[in-house]
Amino acid sequence: MKAGSNLEKVLEKGLFAVTAELGPPKGNDVTVIERKANLLKGYVDAINVTDNQTAIVRMSSIAACSLLVGRGLEPVMQMVTRDRNRIAMQSDIFGASALGIKNMLCLTGDHQSFGNQIDSKNVHDMDSVQLIDCVRTLRDEKTILGGTDQVEGDIKMFIGAAANPFGDPFEFRVIRLAKKVAAGVDFIQTQCIYDMARFKEWMKMVRDRGLHEKVHILAGVTPLKSAGMARYMNNNVSGITIPDEIINRIAKAEKPGDEGIKLCVEQIHELRQIEGVHGVHIMAIEWEQRVAEIVEGVGLLPRPAA
Amino acid sequence: MIKAEQKPVEEILSFLEPYNKILLVGCNACVAVCHAGGEKEVGLLASALRMARKKAGKKLEVLEGCSTRQCEPEFVDELRGKAEDVEAILSIACGVGIQSVAKGFPEIPVYPGVNTKFMGETDELGVWVERCQACGNCILHLTGGICPVARCAKQLLNGPCGGSQEGKCEIKKDVPCVWQQIYDRLKAINQLHRMEEFIPAKKWGQESRDSGPRSIVREDLKV
Repeated sequence: MKAGSNLEKVLEKGLFAVTAELGPPKGNDVTVIERKANLLKGYVDAINVTDNQTAIVRMSSIAACSLLVGRGLEPVMQMVTRDRNRIAMQSDIFGASALGIKNMLCLTGDHQSFGNQIDSKNVHDMDSVQLIDCVRTLRDEKTILGGTDQVEGDIKMFIGAAANPFGDPFEFRVIRLAKKVAAGVDFIQTQCIYDMARFKEWMKMVRDRGLHEKVHILAGVTPLKSAGMARYMNNNVSGITIPDEIINRIAKAEKPGDEGIKLCVEQIHELRQIEGVHGVHIMAIEWEQRVAEIVEGVGLLPRPAA
Repeated sequence: MIKAEQKPVEEILSFLEPYNKILLVGCNACVAVCHAGGEKEVGLLASALRMARKKAGKKLEVLEGCSTRQCEPEFVDELRGKAEDVEAILSIACGVGIQSVAKGFPEIPVYPGVNTKFMGETDELGVWVERCQACGNCILHLTGGICPVARCAKQLLNGPCGGSQEGKCEIKKDVPCVWQQIYDRLKAINQLHRMEEFIPAKKWGQESRDSGPRSIVREDLKV
């Protein structure tokens, strides 16, 4: 065991893991976290807490994660390289570990021009691949990055990263995954998948390189609430393409939300059949109340005890 | 070369409000190439300033000058005659040249007439684009001669983020994804294996301006 987190145990046992996402409040309202946490408790193995996603200012991931730990839930702390230099990131990783956080996701982060602080200066002292290398150094070599200073204590962190099989150039996407694996990543959560054919093609490239045996891949899904949401994501979110047949199916449904949930369940069934997919990451954006029925619908309950 | 853009005339006029006689100096090097601060621009801006002040009922005398290279002390010295009895100097050289003039004339206030933007090349007539950020440790040998430090919005060193779509950057649809360009270039020169190489965290602190203002000392050239 590298970190001994619940997520790591589930994956190491060869069980199909389930994670979900929780966006912290745009302020200090703890009840938002409590409400979302209660909706997810018992239905997932770990909960990702986003780090100022889409560059919108929110409660820090580390604080929200700590609140989850205190309530008996296991967080995956997301950390973007956009806002901190390597001093702050290593310091926050020490702090996160001290607060009982055992999983983290290393990300570059959305560009600040998408958020509500467009005049800010981004940092990008490191990129996401370098951050993986940094956390692995803290954990395995027990020294700070690029130095011989010893870490006081043990940084037990299960290291995650993202992969986007839908970005370009497509042939590079598996190379980027290989770089993350070489840097020391333990698990991957993918961008949400709608183009199943392209995802399967990517997974084949992953298997051809033997990467599926070196890293746990959790396939990302986002249930669609409406045809409008589907069209918006298709047109405005980089790296997401939603096939017309899916948009039409949601548009024609009597209850689009229910159809979106049904579609999500079908997607997870299909993803489970793909060799090398070890779990699913359900990103129900401001729709945490529907995660339970998705997990139940796929027959993934009860979740294994830690 | 260094690229600059002239400040709005209103802003320049606000700097010159207290003065009746100034020297406007340009530079015939980089800023002349990007049509921001060469001899031609000195003439145009001088006329614009004179007219605006005449209209406002407060005449401004504008002497004109232009250095060969305003960032060299000996060329700054050549301006000495013209600067004799002016109240202020307005420079439309780059930020370096403006500071050289300020250093050369410690007793005269010096004001900037341009915003210095970046180091770049001419993309097409009238279009200049950023190409180098003087990071202090060139990695162009790893990236096919195309710089991600200057040209990636996130300064990524290990390939494109998920926001690279059909050759474009997620931040703007008209901005090319530099990592797509690097990928294509490496493919063309049979060096695609470089995309697999891990580039470790860069030494910004030791090599870039984050360590304070940099200098180069060549003992062999000193007199």
